[in-house]
Amino acid sequence: MSELITRRKLITTGLATAAGLAGVAAAATIADRYGFIPPDHRGIFGAGETLTYAAQRILMSRHSMAREFSRSEISKVVPVNGKHPQTDEYQRLLAGGFADWKLTIDGLVARPASFSLADLKRLPAYTQITHQACEEGWSFIAEWKGVRLSDVLNAVGIAPQAKWVFYISIDKDWWDSIDVPDAMHPQTFLAFGMNGQEIPLDHGAPIRLRVPRQLGYKSVKFVNHITVTDTMKGIGDGLGSGSPSAGYSWYAGI
Amino acid sequence: MAESVQLPDLAVRPAAAEVSDAPRHSAIVRVTHWITAVSAFALLISGIAILLAHPRFYWGETGGASGSRVGPSLFDLPLPFVLNTPIRGPGRYLHFFSAWICVLTGLFYLLYGFFSAHFRSNLLPAKKDLSWRLISDHLRLRRSPAEDAHSYNVVQRLSYLVVIFVLFPLLIWTGLGMSPAVTSVFPWLATTFGGQQSARTIHFFLTIAVVAFVLVHLFMVYRAGFLGRVWTMITGRTPR
Repeated sequence: MSELITRRKLITTGLATAAGLAGVAAAATIADRYGFIPPDHRGIFGAGETLTYAAQRILMSRHSMAREFSRSEISKVVPVNGKHPQTDEYQRLLAGGFADWKLTIDGLVARPASFSLADLKRLPAYTQITHQACEEGWSFIAEWKGVRLSDVLNAVGIAPQAKWVFYISIDKDWWDSIDVPDAMHPQTFLAFGMNGQEIPLDHGAPIRLRVPRQLGYKSVKFVNHITVTDTMKGIGDGLGSGSPSAGYSWYAGI
Repeated sequence: MAESVQLPDLAVRPAAAEVSDAPRHSAIVRVTHWITAVSAFALLISGIAILLAHPRFYWGETGGASGSRVGPSLFDLPLPFVLNTPIRGPGRYLHFFSAWICVLTGLFYLLYGFFSAHFRSNLLPAKKDLSWRLISDHLRLRRSPAEDAHSYNVVQRLSYLVVIFVLFPLLIWTGLGMSPAVTSVFPWLATTFGGQQSARTIHFFLTIAVVAFVLVHLFMVYRAGFLGRVWTMITGRTPR
């Protein structure tokens, strides 16, 4: 009797394990095809990152909007982390009122281009009053004015095989990337205004890339270079941003 | 006299054969217990690492800054601001990794608990036990832990139910309430509590509640005979 149970248990366990492994393999294939695999999917914590990214990509329609607030909810004091770059290049651009500043867009686009601040401001401008949370724990609400990254990407003709959009700061140590769904999201802005004024220097003048459905560290300041790719290989350590090597998730929708 | 009190108690004990056949805790309860214990400990440690970056709490949607420390806070913990990324970064990875293990284990346990008789027979208190006198006796530790060797007492049942059906669900809720992505789909996850910072503050107090539960739990296990009870939770067998 007990032998029978043991054998039955053995067979059931074996079948369950086989089904489980087949399920994991199938899930991995599907996840890869639909872009549910983040660049930091390896290592001990990779499984958690993949589950978070895939679960949120499935849960969020591409157009679910970050919460928006009323004017009265705008934070009176806006905290800021870090200062604007002290490099000669930045100081020179600043002295010229950013008239010589250019945003370069290259990679998998039909017409690589450079945009001046005036070029960007000729595109339709939008505003959003959104919440920005720093991973440290503090947060604020501000009104951002800017152009949609999707409008700029459509203007240069993003290639169908594009998967990632990299954005690099004048401060070269600060760069990051998002997937195409986030890049084409209507609230993903190249922001040049904040709370009714030009964006303050320490908040990223002249352009900060706002990604309101992710934590603050994805909203890189002083962006002047955008590269569209279908791979992360060969860019930095291949993990999509400098964050994973410091222990921070590439995907920060949390 | 004391022996005569013990006698009827002994009489209702299950027979030896029954004890060895039906484990005190089923295999699923044992396995999920230990996975939850380890992942909850990892969540606590990594949560502290994340918290130390900004050990202040706020109410509403917004608050504070690390550099300028502007904005009134609800309260500040007497802890330093630890901004070393080698502590906080891996802490964040560990937090969300353990959260997944804890949540998936919890879901599995809930399904098991509902479909087996586990919740009904082991955790739901009997109506007759819901008396203030009995509850207060247990709270004052007036009853012998030996009485509970084969079944949970009413206070145990109530506290386990609160942890499983109130504290853990609210921890997950307030955790998700801090996510800008998840609240883009379900804004009420944050707004129910008054905002993202309120969710963070409640998340902290719920953690304190779980830690308090674990401390009392460990004390009661110690009181009942630490090694014996741990052995039972590993093997399912009650030591004779």
